[in-house]
Amino acid sequence: MAMTDGNRSYSVRDMIKENKKKQSGQQFVEWLMPKLLLLTATISVLTTIGILFTLLFETFVFFERVSIVEFLTSKEWLPWDEKTGSFGVAPLVTGTLLTTAIAMVVAIPIGLASAIYLSEYASEKARKILKPILEVLAGIPTIVYGFFALTFVTPLLQKIIPNLGIFNALSPGLVMGIMIIPMVASLSEDAMSSVPNSIREGALGLGSTKLEVALKVVLPAATSGIAASFMLAISRAVGETMIVAVAGGSSPVFTFDVTKSIQTLTAYIVQVTTGDAGYGTTVYYSIYAVGMTLFLFTLAMNLLAQYISRRFREEY
Amino acid sequence: MELTVVKERKNKQVEERSEKNVVYRTKNLNLWYGEHHALKNIDLDIYENEVTAIIGPSGCGKSTYIKTLNRMIELVPSVRTSGEITYRGRNIFDKSYRVEELRTQVGMVFQKPNPFPKSIYDNVAYGPRIHGIRDKKILDEIVERSLRGAAIWDEVKDRLHTNAYGLSGGQQQRLCIARCLAIEPDVILMDEPTSALDPISTLKVEELVQELKKNYSIIIVTHNMQQAARISDKTAFFLNGEVIEYSDTDKLFSNPDDKRTEDYITGRFG
Repeated sequence: MAMTDGNRSYSVRDMIKENKKKQSGQQFVEWLMPKLLLLTATISVLTTIGILFTLLFETFVFFERVSIVEFLTSKEWLPWDEKTGSFGVAPLVTGTLLTTAIAMVVAIPIGLASAIYLSEYASEKARKILKPILEVLAGIPTIVYGFFALTFVTPLLQKIIPNLGIFNALSPGLVMGIMIIPMVASLSEDAMSSVPNSIREGALGLGSTKLEVALKVVLPAATSGIAASFMLAISRAVGETMIVAVAGGSSPVFTFDVTKSIQTLTAYIVQVTTGDAGYGTTVYYSIYAVGMTLFLFTLAMNLLAQYISRRFREEY
Repeated sequence: MELTVVKERKNKQVEERSEKNVVYRTKNLNLWYGEHHALKNIDLDIYENEVTAIIGPSGCGKSTYIKTLNRMIELVPSVRTSGEITYRGRNIFDKSYRVEELRTQVGMVFQKPNPFPKSIYDNVAYGPRIHGIRDKKILDEIVERSLRGAAIWDEVKDRLHTNAYGLSGGQQQRLCIARCLAIEPDVILMDEPTSALDPISTLKVEELVQELKKNYSIIIVTHNMQQAARISDKTAFFLNGEVIEYSDTDKLFSNPDDKRTEDYITGRFG
């Protein structure tokens, strides 16, 4: 029943006043909450700082034993012999760059093409089906990809390339690329979808075809987001561990031959940490130096991605 | 005998002339958004080198109509049309009529300025470039001529290679007109081109429209009746998806035939 103004039995204003008096605890909650939220946010920052310090500290110990010049210039990585060992990081870096490059050759064109399709051509319905499937691809554990590379892709490739080793750079590189496709596709699609429709209409209104709109208007307008997605993809490939550890092998050789067994920075760390290198040995400390190298690589990529997306951001 | 031949020829000439002067002929056009019947039995002829204004309250179908003229409306999913629109004697709904070909001859200026996130120069050069014009010297000329045509050259000539987003709203809209002129269209459709602009910029665009009608046929949708009265030669009044009245602007605003037109232009609704 609707109350008319004249005969209602309550006053909203009084009720608010009454309730305000009861809520003295609210003040305290309002004071406390931001501090709690800050605390949770600090946890990840502190962890990052902690990791960085451990890394720095142990890396420092390593460089007391092995000269930084040798680390950077020697092309031999033979860490297991304490006496005659050689600690040139180059073979691990080339291993990493090799698999990363192969992965990018797969992930960038396919990911970008998928993004163009999803953003410019796919119907609402097709997008709703395709995007979740693409995201499932990103959710598969990397160890599964590793075995997929070793037990399926490598034998398949051996039929085409007979001298391909059981462990090689090509197979994990390709599979890593497949793994990264959804990341490139999804981030690039976000960048392209955020280009306003009015701009597409402007181009269509001049008699552009759909392809011209996609390639000459939308793609350039989304450059920053797309480039950032590439950088993050590279960073992801550099840091990827399981696929290369399982299918790439453990032969730190300075080579650009994709058919040979290699070892990446990450795979080396796996090898040492799962092996029986004693605490305090040079091998033990070497993983921190390698980890530091890895960290610097991915940090540089992430910073570059941020720089690009800020520098080339279009404001619509 | 001779006389009839002459007469026939004369008739033919008259017919040809009127055919030539009609740019767009709309016959019994109907349009639906899903179930919503947005345009009802539209019959409208639009003439060459004139400014045709389309007025009416919000939701009357005026924007829908103008977007049908270059088939931009097809970007909206679930749109259906029936009837016929001929542009220069060709049915634009014809399967063999490529929509890109139509839109190359019929330029469009939108409600909100929508320059590309590129330099001023590249905005104007975009159209000629996609249609295969690559010569740098010719492009330079087109860009200058188009910017002059849109009365914005003097304001931007020293910053042609800076981003178009640095321009004011009014400048952006004139840039969009320049972008449209660069492909030398035959018709220019303008969908409320001044609704997002301040009065001074609006005035500039209106003056520009007067200038442009010497070379182009212009169809302009506007919710501003004074604007229609100021700049157009013919005016069509739309209401609820129908054309209520279409005549010379002077007549429509001074002596309308329909009571509803009178109510609308005197501000009784809308």
